[in-house]
Amino acid sequence: MQAMDTQQTRALIARGKLKDTLFAALGIICLGIGLLVIFALVADMVIKGSERLNLDFFMNFASRRAAQAGILSAWVGSLLVMLVTAAAAVPLGVAAGLYLEEYARRNLITEIIEINITNLAAVPSIVYGLLALGIFVYTFGFGQSILSAGLTLALLILPIVIVATREAIRAIPAMIREGSMAVGATRWQTCRYHIVPYAMPGILTGVIIGMARAIGETAPIITIGALTFIAFLPPAPLTTMNDGATAGLFDWVMSPFTVMPIQIFNWTSRPDPAFEVNAAAAGFVLMAMVLTMNGVAIWLRYRLRKNIKW
Amino acid sequence: MRAGAASQPEGNIAMNTAIMTETHTISDRLSKNVMRNVTERIIEGLLFAAAAVSVLTTVGIVYVLVSESIHFFQNVSIVDFLTDTQWTPLFDDAHFGISVLISGTVVSSAVALAVAIPMGTVIAIYLSEFANGKVRELAKPILEMLGGIPTIVFGYFALLIVTPILQKIFPELPGFSLLSAGLVMGIMIVPYVASLSEDAMRAVPMSLREGAYAMGSTRLYTAIHVVVPAAFSGLAASYILGISRAVGETMILAVAAGMQPNLTWNPMEPAATITSFIVQVALGDLPHGSIGYQTIFAAGLTLLLITLVFNILGQWLRRKYRENY
Repeated sequence: MQAMDTQQTRALIARGKLKDTLFAALGIICLGIGLLVIFALVADMVIKGSERLNLDFFMNFASRRAAQAGILSAWVGSLLVMLVTAAAAVPLGVAAGLYLEEYARRNLITEIIEINITNLAAVPSIVYGLLALGIFVYTFGFGQSILSAGLTLALLILPIVIVATREAIRAIPAMIREGSMAVGATRWQTCRYHIVPYAMPGILTGVIIGMARAIGETAPIITIGALTFIAFLPPAPLTTMNDGATAGLFDWVMSPFTVMPIQIFNWTSRPDPAFEVNAAAAGFVLMAMVLTMNGVAIWLRYRLRKNIKW
Repeated sequence: MRAGAASQPEGNIAMNTAIMTETHTISDRLSKNVMRNVTERIIEGLLFAAAAVSVLTTVGIVYVLVSESIHFFQNVSIVDFLTDTQWTPLFDDAHFGISVLISGTVVSSAVALAVAIPMGTVIAIYLSEFANGKVRELAKPILEMLGGIPTIVFGYFALLIVTPILQKIFPELPGFSLLSAGLVMGIMIVPYVASLSEDAMRAVPMSLREGAYAMGSTRLYTAIHVVVPAAFSGLAASYILGISRAVGETMILAVAAGMQPNLTWNPMEPAATITSFIVQVALGDLPHGSIGYQTIFAAGLTLLLITLVFNILGQWLRRKYRENY
C-alpha cells in the first residue's frame, strides 16, 4: 500500500467533513419537515377557518346549516369530560405512583403491577373504548354519558400520570424522607407533607400532558357510541330542567354529550365542503387547546429542571 | 426493630410499665401510636387499591374482549375467521374474513413505517451525535408538539391537505387512500421513534465514540459504524413500538382511508383497517348482543393480540440494550 501524500489526506478529510455536513443538513431537514407539518396544519386551519372563528361559533349549537353551526355543546362537553377524567385520574394516578415508589416491597405483585402499567401504556386507545363499551356502558349501566367517557379517558391516561408521579418522586433525595422520619413522622405523614408537595410540579406536568392527550382522543369516545347530534347542554346544577324538575348537583355526569374531536370528525366526514370550514375552525380551537397544554407542561418542566437544587 | 423490642429482658418491660402508670402522657402517646399504625395501614391499603386499578383495567379489557369474542366464535368458526377472503359482517350474506381488515392494517402500517423509520432514525442520530445543546433544547419541544397533535387533526390533515397534494402527483389516486393516511400516520410516529432511538444511542458509552474519533473517524462514520450497531437493540425496540403504534392508530385511517373493507396490498386504494372497522360499526346503532356488536370485540381482540406481541418484543429488546452498558 502506498502512503498517502498530504494532498490526498486533505482530500479525504474534506470528503469526510462534507459527508458530516450533508448528514447534519439532512437531520435539520427532517426536523424541518416536522415543524413544517405543524406550521402547515395551523396555517391551513387559520386561513380556512378564519371566517368562522368568532364569538358566535363558540356560542352556537351544531346545526345542519354549516354557516350557523357552532361548537358550544362540543367545548362544554370536552370541558365536562375532562373534569371527570381529572377527578378520577389524578387521585388514582398519584396514589398508585406513591404506593409503587414509597410503599411497595420488591415482590411478585409489585412486579406484576409494574409490567402491567408498561403494557397498558401501549394498548391502542380504541381498545379502551371497547372496554368502556362492555363495562361502563352496559355492565355498570352508565350509558353513553359524560361519566362513561370521563372514566374511559381516565383509565387511558392513568399510566402517563403514574409514570410522571414516579419519576417526580424518584428525583426527591432520600435525606428528605430520613429527616422527616427522624423527627417521628410516619410514612404517610412523610408522603403527605414532604414527598407529594415536592413532587407536585413533576406530577402536574404529567397530568397536563395526560389531559392534553385525553382532550384530543376520539376513537374511544366514538366506540362508546357517543356520535350523536347534540343541540343542548348538560343540565347545570340546581337549575330547572325542561320537565320542570330541579337538576341535582351531579345530574350532568349522566347526560349525553359531544366533544370537540367528535365534532371535528363529524364535520370532516361530510361531503359538503361548507362543513370543511367548520372542521378547520374547530380543529384550530382544539389544536390551540392541546398545544397550549403541552406548551405549559414543557415550560413547567424546563423551569423545574432549572430551579430545583437539592 | 420490633424483634429487638420483643427480646428485651423482662425487667425492662416491668420498668416501662411502672413509668407508664406513673405518667399518663406516655401511655396516651402509645395509644395514639396504635391509632397511628391503624391509619397507616388503612392508607397503605387505599394506595395499594389505586395501584391495583391498573391491573383491574387489564383484567377488564381481557374479560370484555374474550367473553364477547367467545359469543362471536360460537356463531362463526375460527377457520372461517382466519381464512375467508371477504369481510361483510353487516350484510345478509355475512362473511367474517379478518384477513381483509389485516391487509388494510398491514399496508397502512408499512407506508407509515417507510416514513417514520428513516426520518425518526435520521433525527435521532442528528440529535444524539451532531446537534449541540441549543439545537436539542429547540428540537425536543418541536417533536413533543408534533407527537401531541390530536389524531383527529392529523386525519383532517391527511384527507383535506395531503390527499389533494398527492392527487396532483398521482392523478388516479382516489379521495380516500391508504397512502395518504399512512404517510400522515408516519409523520405522527416520527417523534415516538426519534425519542426512543435517541435514548438508545445516548446510552452508548462515550468511550466507544472517543475510540472511533481517536482512530480518525468522522462523526458520520462513528455514528453509523459504532453508535448505531452498539444501540441496535434499542433502535429495533423503537421501530417495533412504532409498528405497534401504527397498528393501533384509528382516527387518521377512519377519516382518510375510507372505511370499506378491501382485500388489497396496494396503498393507492381505499381500505378498512381493524381499527377503522370498529369505528364504522360504532358509528351505526348496533343492538347490544347482536352478531355485529360481537364482531367489533373479535376485531378488538385480534388488534390487542397483534399489538401485545409487538410490545412484548419491543420491551424485551429495550431491556436488552439497557443491560448491555
